[in-house]
Amino acid sequence: MVTLKIDGKKVTVRKLSTILDAARKLDIPIPTLCHHPELSPYGGCRLCLVEIKGSPKPVASCTTFAKDGMEVITTSPHLEKLRRTTLELLLSDHPNDCMVCERAGDCKLQELAYFYGIRENRFAGEKRSYKKIDNNPFINRDMEKCILCGQCVRVCEEIQGVGAIDFAYRGLKTLVSPPFEKDLNCEFCGQCVAVCPTGALTGKMWANKGRQKFKEVETICPYCGCGCNIILHIRRNKVVRVSSREDSINSGWLCAKGRFGFSFIDHPDRLKKPLIRTASKDNDTEDSNDSKLQKQAYLKKFKEVEWDEALDYIAAKLKEIKEKYGADSIGGLSSARCTNEENYLFQKFIRAVIGTNNIDHCARY
Amino acid sequence: MEKNIIIKVCMGTGGVASGGEEVLAKFREMITESNLNAKISSNCHAQKVGCRGFCSKDVLVDVIVDDVKTTYKHIKPDMVERIFNEHVINGVPVNEWLAGPEYNNFHDKQTKVVLSHCGDIDPEDIDSYIAVGGYNAAKKAVLEMAPEEIVNIIKNSNLRGRGGAGFPTGLKWELGLRIKSDVKYVICNGDEGDPGAFMDRSVMEGDPHSVIEGMIICAKATQSNSGYIYVRAEYPLAVKRLQMAIEQCLMKNFLGNNIFGSDFSFDLKIFQGAGAFVCGEATALMRSIEGKRGMPSPKLWRSAERGLWDKPTVLNNVETFANVPKIILNGANWYRKLGTERSGGTKVFSLSGKVRNTGLVEVPLGISLREIIYDIGGGIEGGKNFKAVQTGGPSGGCIPAELLDTEVDYESLARAGSIMGSGGMVVLDENTCMVNTAKFFLEFTQAESCGKCTPCRIGTKRMLEILERITSGKGKDGDIELLEELGNHIRATSLCGLGMTAANPVLSTLKYFRDEYIAHIKEKRCPAAVCRDLITFTIIEELCKGCGSCKRVCPADAIRGTRKSPHRIDKELCIKCGSCFDACKFKAILKV
Repeated sequence: MVTLKIDGKKVTVRKLSTILDAARKLDIPIPTLCHHPELSPYGGCRLCLVEIKGSPKPVASCTTFAKDGMEVITTSPHLEKLRRTTLELLLSDHPNDCMVCERAGDCKLQELAYFYGIRENRFAGEKRSYKKIDNNPFINRDMEKCILCGQCVRVCEEIQGVGAIDFAYRGLKTLVSPPFEKDLNCEFCGQCVAVCPTGALTGKMWANKGRQKFKEVETICPYCGCGCNIILHIRRNKVVRVSSREDSINSGWLCAKGRFGFSFIDHPDRLKKPLIRTASKDNDTEDSNDSKLQKQAYLKKFKEVEWDEALDYIAAKLKEIKEKYGADSIGGLSSARCTNEENYLFQKFIRAVIGTNNIDHCARY
Repeated sequence: MEKNIIIKVCMGTGGVASGGEEVLAKFREMITESNLNAKISSNCHAQKVGCRGFCSKDVLVDVIVDDVKTTYKHIKPDMVERIFNEHVINGVPVNEWLAGPEYNNFHDKQTKVVLSHCGDIDPEDIDSYIAVGGYNAAKKAVLEMAPEEIVNIIKNSNLRGRGGAGFPTGLKWELGLRIKSDVKYVICNGDEGDPGAFMDRSVMEGDPHSVIEGMIICAKATQSNSGYIYVRAEYPLAVKRLQMAIEQCLMKNFLGNNIFGSDFSFDLKIFQGAGAFVCGEATALMRSIEGKRGMPSPKLWRSAERGLWDKPTVLNNVETFANVPKIILNGANWYRKLGTERSGGTKVFSLSGKVRNTGLVEVPLGISLREIIYDIGGGIEGGKNFKAVQTGGPSGGCIPAELLDTEVDYESLARAGSIMGSGGMVVLDENTCMVNTAKFFLEFTQAESCGKCTPCRIGTKRMLEILERITSGKGKDGDIELLEELGNHIRATSLCGLGMTAANPVLSTLKYFRDEYIAHIKEKRCPAAVCRDLITFTIIEELCKGCGSCKRVCPADAIRGTRKSPHRIDKELCIKCGSCFDACKFKAILKV
C-alpha cells in the first residue's frame, strides 16, 4: 500500500495504482477522455495532467503510479489552461453539430466543452472529412467525430479478443479503421459503441429515436445463462436501446445479442400466451408457396389458452404417460437461456416429481 | 623491388551512388590485366571501404603505396586508367585529381573514435575488422570480465545515449543487469529518421562489426541472451552488411551458443522498420518489433524493467554501441577525458546545409559550434554570412550567430533552446528565411506524429497552419503569441519526445529571429526574400541590357520587351518562380 496526498487530502491505495485511481478514490474529479478502468493505460488525450511536487513538468495521472509521500495537485490555473487548450485543439477538428448528434447530452467531449465554456476556437483550421460506408445493421461510424481516444481499439483487442479495428495513417489523418479501410465486418458485439466517449460510434438501431427522457429498466439479459445485467432504455413503452452498468457482474460488457437483439420484444410473431395443439401433426406440411398462408394454416391447429389451463393439461398428460409407460419414458431437456435457478428447479422436478434421471441441458457440451 | 599497394574505394551509400562499384571493378580489372602482382609487387589489391564522411567529394579513392596514403576525389571509372598507370605502376601521383588540403583539414581536426574504421576497413569482411583489433574487446568482456565490471567501466566512461536524450549508458545497463528475468533483450536502435542525418547509417554500412561487438559486450553486461538490431528498411545497404556481419560472426562463433568458447550465448537478429519516423522512439520501436503499430506508450515502467514483450530490455543507439568496444579496450578514463565533465567521448554530427564541407564529422564533446562549422566545415558556402545552425534534427532548434561559441553538449544545447538529438547539424546562411525554415521542420513533424496524443496530433498541425498563414502574407496580430502559447503547450503536454520537441524550431526562431516574424506579419515582407507570396520581381531599367534571357526562361510568359531595350515583368502574370532572377547575367532583376 502507498499513501500520498492529493490536493492536500491523504489517501492510501494499493501498490501499482495510478494517481488517477487514487484521485477517484477520493472522489476528486480529473477530466479524462481516453481512460477506461478495465482497459490498459493509454495516456493519449492528455487532459488528466496533474502536478507533482518536485517534478518539473505536469504528468498524466492515468499513466503515473502513485508513490509513497507524493504530493499531487489536480487543479491550478496552469493545469486548467493546459486542459482548456487541449480541449480547444480537440474541438478544432470536431464537427460542431451537437444539435443533430446522437450522443448530445451523453457526450464526454460536449460535457467538457460545457464545463470549460468553449464556444469560439482560436485554432480553427483543416478538419478531417470521411465518406461513411457502414452497410452493417448495427454500428454507425462517423469518424469525423472521433477524438482518437483509442478505447474502441483497446476494447476490441483486450476485452473481446477480436482486433477488428486499429489505427491507420499518421498525424492529423490518423484514423481508426478496419483492415485496408474496408467496411466493418466483425462480430458486432458493439463494445466499441459502448465505450466511445463521443458520437463517433453509435448504434444504428437507436438512431434518431430520441436522446432524452428515457425510462430505464434494469433487468437480466434473456439470451443465456451468463445473466448479464442490462438496462432497457424505454420511450413510449418501446425499448429503444440496451446498455449495461459498469459495476455489474459483467462489468458492463455485452455481446451482439444482448446489446442489439431486442427487436423480438415487439415482434408480431412473438408468442405471448401458451398454445395447445388441437389438430394432428400429420398434415402439417400443406402445399402453399406463400409463407404467410402457411403460417396461418399452421396456427389454426393450435388454440390459445391461459397458463393455468396449459399447466393443468401438461400435468395431466405427464401423469398419464408415467402411469402407462413408467417414469423413464419421460425425459427433460432444459435451456441455456434459463437462469441457474430455473435449471435447478427443472432438474429437481424431473428427478423428484417425475422420478427419472432423464434430464439434460442444451449447453452441457 | 617489392611494393605493398592497397587501393581503397569508398563504397558507402554516397560512394555507390557516385559510381563506386564501377570504379572498384575497373581497378580490379586493371590489376588483373596488368598482371601487376607477378611483375612488380607481391601484394596489390583493391578493396571497398565504408563511408569516411566526406560524401560531397565521392567517389573517394585512397592509393596506399607502402603505407603512404594518397587520396583522390571525384573519381569516375574513366579516370582509373590514368591513376593506375601513373601512380600505381610508375609511382607518380596524379596531382590534379588529389583531394587536396580541404580534405585533410576536414579530417585532421576531427577526433575519430566511432568512425575510426569507417573508410579504412572492408565492411563486408570480418577479417578486415579483426585485423584492426576487432572483437578483442568482446572476447575480453565475455571471457574475462564480470558483468558488474563492464557496467562500471561504462559508467566511469561517462558515455551517454547518442540517440539524443543523453541518458547515462552505464546506469541503463546497471538497471538492466539488476532486474532478474528468464529472458532479457538488447536492442540496437538503427531507425535513424532525421532528414539529413546519416551518422548511424555510415557506421552500420562502414563498420557493422563494431555495432555487433558493442551489443555482445552489452549482452554480457546485462546477462541477456537475445538481441535485435532495428534498422529502417530504407537503408538496404546497412541491412545487407549487418546481415553479412551476423553470418560471419555465427561462423566464427562470435554469436550464437557458447560464444568465444564460453558458457555465454547471444543470439542476434535484424528487424527492419517499416518507415515511421516515430519508431525511433524506444517504446514505439519495441511495439513495432512486437508486430504492433509503432506508437509510443506511456512510461509506466522503464524499458529495463518491462520492455520488449514485457521483458527487461536495454536499448541503445548505433553510435552508443559502436563506442563500447573502444571503451573496453582503451579504458574508461581515456574515453571520459575526450569529452566534458558531464558527457564523455566524442559525437558524430552530420554537417549539412550552406556549409562548404558537408559530411560526417566526429568531434569531442565540448567543442564549440564555431569550430565545427568554420574549422572543420570550412565556413559558409559562397562567402555569405552565417545566420543560424539548426541542431538535433527536425525537432531541434535554431542557434543564432551570437551563440556560435556554445559548447556542444547535451546541457548547453538545451540551454540555447535546441537539442543534441541524434546529431543533425544544418547550417543556414543569410539567404534563409527563418519562418520558412521553422515551417519546413514542422511540416515534417506534424506528418510523422503517430496521432496518439492530442497536442502532437492536432497542435503541430495548427502550428503549421499558422506558419503557412504567416509565410503567405495572411498573418494576423496575435499570431506570434498564439504560436508561442501553442508551442509551449505542446512541449508541456505531449506524450513522447517527438511532440515535446516538435515546437523547438518555432520556439527557438521566435526567440532569436522574432523580427523576421514581425516583418512577415506587419509589413507583409520576407526579409530573406524566400517566401514566394511575399516577394516581387522587378527589372531595374538602368541595368537591363535587353538581352532577353529572362524572357526566354519565363514559364508564365510574364516578361515583355523588345531586344536591346529594357524589359518589364507583368506582376499579374508572374508566378514568382525566380527563373529570370537566376538567368539574368547583369543583376538587373530585383527580388524583394
